[in-house]
Amino acid sequence: TFYIEPLKINKLGVRASDTFVLTPTPQPKDDFQEELVIRPLHSGDIYASFQFRTLWETDFMRENKVSHYRLFPKSLGQVISKFSVRELHISFTQGYWRTMQWGQPFLPSPPGAELWVWFQDSVTDVDAAWKELTNVLSGIFCASLNFIDSTNTVQPSASFKPLGIVNETDHRFLRYATLPREIVCTENLTPWKKLLPCGSKAGLAVLLKSEKLFHSSFFSQTVHIRPVCQDRECKTTSWELRQTLNVVFDLHTSGQGKREWSLFKMFSRTLTEACPLASSSKIYIDVTDNPQEEYFELSPATPLLSQAVVLGDRRTFSVYDLTQQVTFGTVRSLNLLIRWKSTEGECSMLRPLLHAERYVAGYGLQTGEIHTVMYNNHPFRSFPVLLLDSVPWYLRLYIHTLTVTSKGKDNTPSYIHYQPSKDRMRPHLLEMLVQLPPHSVTEVTVQFERALLKWTEYTPDPNHGFYVGSSVISALVPSSVAMDTNITQEQPLFSSFFPCKEESSYFVRVYTEPLLVNLPTPDFSMPYNVICLTCTVVAVGYGSLYNLLTRSFQIEEPNPRLAKKIANFIRRIRGVPLLS
Amino acid sequence: MAAPLTLLLVVAVTIRAALYRSSLAEVIAERVEVVSPITAWKRVIEGLALLDLGVSPYSGDVFHETPLVIYLFHFLVDYAEITFMLADVISAIALYLAVKEYNKQVVRKKQKFALEADRYPQDCLELIRSPKEMLYIPLKVAMFYLLNPFTILSCVAKSTCGLNNAPQIITPHCFKISFAVFLCLATYQSIYPLTLCAPAMLYLMQRQYIPVNYRRASFWWFVVQYLFMYLGSLFVLICLSFFLLGSWDYLPSVYGFILSVPDLTPNIGLFWYFFAEMFEHFRLFFLCVFQINVFFYTVPLSIKLKDHPVFLMFMQLAVISIFKSYPTVGDIALYMALLPVWSHLHRFLRNIFLVSCVLLACSVLFPVLWHLWIYAGSANSNFYYAITLLFNVAQILLVSDYFYAFLRREHHLIHGLYLKKKDGSEATLVLK
Repeated sequence: TFYIEPLKINKLGVRASDTFVLTPTPQPKDDFQEELVIRPLHSGDIYASFQFRTLWETDFMRENKVSHYRLFPKSLGQVISKFSVRELHISFTQGYWRTMQWGQPFLPSPPGAELWVWFQDSVTDVDAAWKELTNVLSGIFCASLNFIDSTNTVQPSASFKPLGIVNETDHRFLRYATLPREIVCTENLTPWKKLLPCGSKAGLAVLLKSEKLFHSSFFSQTVHIRPVCQDRECKTTSWELRQTLNVVFDLHTSGQGKREWSLFKMFSRTLTEACPLASSSKIYIDVTDNPQEEYFELSPATPLLSQAVVLGDRRTFSVYDLTQQVTFGTVRSLNLLIRWKSTEGECSMLRPLLHAERYVAGYGLQTGEIHTVMYNNHPFRSFPVLLLDSVPWYLRLYIHTLTVTSKGKDNTPSYIHYQPSKDRMRPHLLEMLVQLPPHSVTEVTVQFERALLKWTEYTPDPNHGFYVGSSVISALVPSSVAMDTNITQEQPLFSSFFPCKEESSYFVRVYTEPLLVNLPTPDFSMPYNVICLTCTVVAVGYGSLYNLLTRSFQIEEPNPRLAKKIANFIRRIRGVPLLS
Repeated sequence: MAAPLTLLLVVAVTIRAALYRSSLAEVIAERVEVVSPITAWKRVIEGLALLDLGVSPYSGDVFHETPLVIYLFHFLVDYAEITFMLADVISAIALYLAVKEYNKQVVRKKQKFALEADRYPQDCLELIRSPKEMLYIPLKVAMFYLLNPFTILSCVAKSTCGLNNAPQIITPHCFKISFAVFLCLATYQSIYPLTLCAPAMLYLMQRQYIPVNYRRASFWWFVVQYLFMYLGSLFVLICLSFFLLGSWDYLPSVYGFILSVPDLTPNIGLFWYFFAEMFEHFRLFFLCVFQINVFFYTVPLSIKLKDHPVFLMFMQLAVISIFKSYPTVGDIALYMALLPVWSHLHRFLRNIFLVSCVLLACSVLFPVLWHLWIYAGSANSNFYYAITLLFNVAQILLVSDYFYAFLRREHHLIHGLYLKKKDGSEATLVLK
């Protein structure tokens, strides 16, 4: 390909307007891939996961600023270079992922907004960079990330290790914050779509229409930026930008009740072309449970089949390659149709090996107890999990009441890192490494006390309650299938997100539900009254003591001269004898 | 006198031990009227647990005790119940001895004046107490302290208020200047006993017959000696605390916490709701006003009551207990224990019936309205706040009533009991 140089004036002063200078271009070092994975779930719902990846071999950290952006969005590139970001992971989620009904997601995310960032070693004031970064991201994504401040930011000491190239990990450069109350809507989707090279005009992104996407059980959009190695020896590194969108459509709310899914039914659009800037554009349909097409039928049929090891399981996928014109057929549009043949006879879903729940126990507005329950469903292997809990300061945790029990017996964590909260400054941070015995339920309980806040610190609807962010449970779960540790081999995007260091286990991150906790409230209509009444009581004390201190006892001499005068005046009018 | 006192101690210890063994102990330890963020036992345990985890107890906002308390309970955590019972017993014995000593002094003074009987008008002989009347007062004081439900609740809840009260009681009723160390210990635990410096100095000056006259050198010399002792021991204690934990973190956590009131947990005082509903703009101003309010009665009261240091002590203790930032019922029990010393003032008290009814009613209503607000959800914070206001007004009336009665008795001692107006009819006394 060639590109056209701008207008030049040569030495003779002649405008070279009618001559075009064509020069060979350097090979572009960026690459864009898009992918859609559709997996029918056992509860009848359907899980669609979009993955968009841009790889760019450049150095954001060098002295001269990068100015020529092609596929990589400029807004994010500037953010990376200005704040010396090494890794950035941001997600906006609506709804809670039901692990027991839907299995494990390809990319987990907690309800609300979550942001975690690794800064470069060269950053001197990480907190200032974090504050500015959250405000800039808040503008880029039209989200209220400016609510992230020191009261909900923590610095995990063991969880959230970098997912890209790792030189050394000094956790001083890591910041993690979550906003469980954040709502996702079209305003957040639109700027997210704008970051894509083709926008929402071509390729898989045309399916991203908000009226269907937000009418779902689960919606999550994420952005992940990290440096990755291009080859095995890691001689060249490039920056990877991944944008993923996970959505689960509910069978029953989409009407009709008939178990039939199509691209048109899910997204109210069909596909007509791949993104011209993409080097690969594919759709994967998970047909592992349907080897001989006995449960559902896929149309139009495709000859391409691929296998991938994802989440510790070998799955088979039917592949539609959108870069091939033949995929679109004679009608020049692709509307995938999955039709179920019968409503009974489902095979059992692979039980997720790691699953967690969390709830608040107790009654009243004074105290309570947080219970985190973790399930290890592996029949004979035990594995350690790292539990990260970030509790706001107004729920005062008492760490001496922490108990961890598995199968009724005490299970002491081998590593506990606890940072107590400071009122109005930072939240509690509790990290523990717990060994989960095989086929068991482990319960972690901590007591807390609810604080009374100043009347200005309550949200506009104080009786709704206060949100406590999800707990994060990270673990290397034993895999039944050998995982592929070769990073450079061509793998579908959805299976290659978490780096795989060993063959026998895969990385899993589970988020629990966020909690909603009520706090005692003062009466908001009474500030002036309270000030007056309390000052009155203090004044009563002051007044009595002042009187007793400054006055002395005297005999009272009555002196009602004025009263006597008036009384005598009235008596004179009446004609009655006067007083003495 | 030893036998009734011993019996009293045994009864008190039995009651406390019985309550410790019952299930009420946990319930009482959670009550906000009995424990505050400064004195709660749960927080002491939390501080010790944080220390075990390798985290400084002062890095969070849960623990607000002084390092000496950590040091003490590091060794005594298994014997906590005995420690608190012992603290109560020591306080009671100290009160007993102190009041006995004071009574002896009163008798001596009164007897001395009785010799110059023409100093006192004839008709106020009935105001002067005889040693026989005063015989049982020390026992009554010890009883008022030990068997007061407030003290028992405070002890059963293992509130460190009991430990704070002990040095405050031992302090001033001592006749050596070296006992300024105890006052220093009390000030170190919570700042407010600083105001007890004045009554302590006046009492010692009275004991040592130093005239309280600012023109005399002996007065200033005594003041300097006392302050040197007091400030010196305070300095030593603070440096010792620094060396115990190796940092100055405890200063903002303990003293900064008491003075700046960041924790708005409800209690029986006036601060919590006031600062929960305060406009942010005025917060610092009212904080200063309320804290100064505790300290600034010292000088006027000292000037007025310079001849009566024990009554001054009572007044100061009362002012501290009512207006401190995190009061509990243990603080109230401390000054109420001294009421029998002035039982002879009952004829001049004006509101005692009203005050005692209000105090009793409020004590009963506190747990009821707390339950309605926090657990039943059918009341809101205003109900509890109202009872707080009423309780504090009743305490203020009680204290000012006793002050009025005391001053009136003094007036009668000088001018005669049955006063007459110019025309011979019975006079009424007013404050003018």
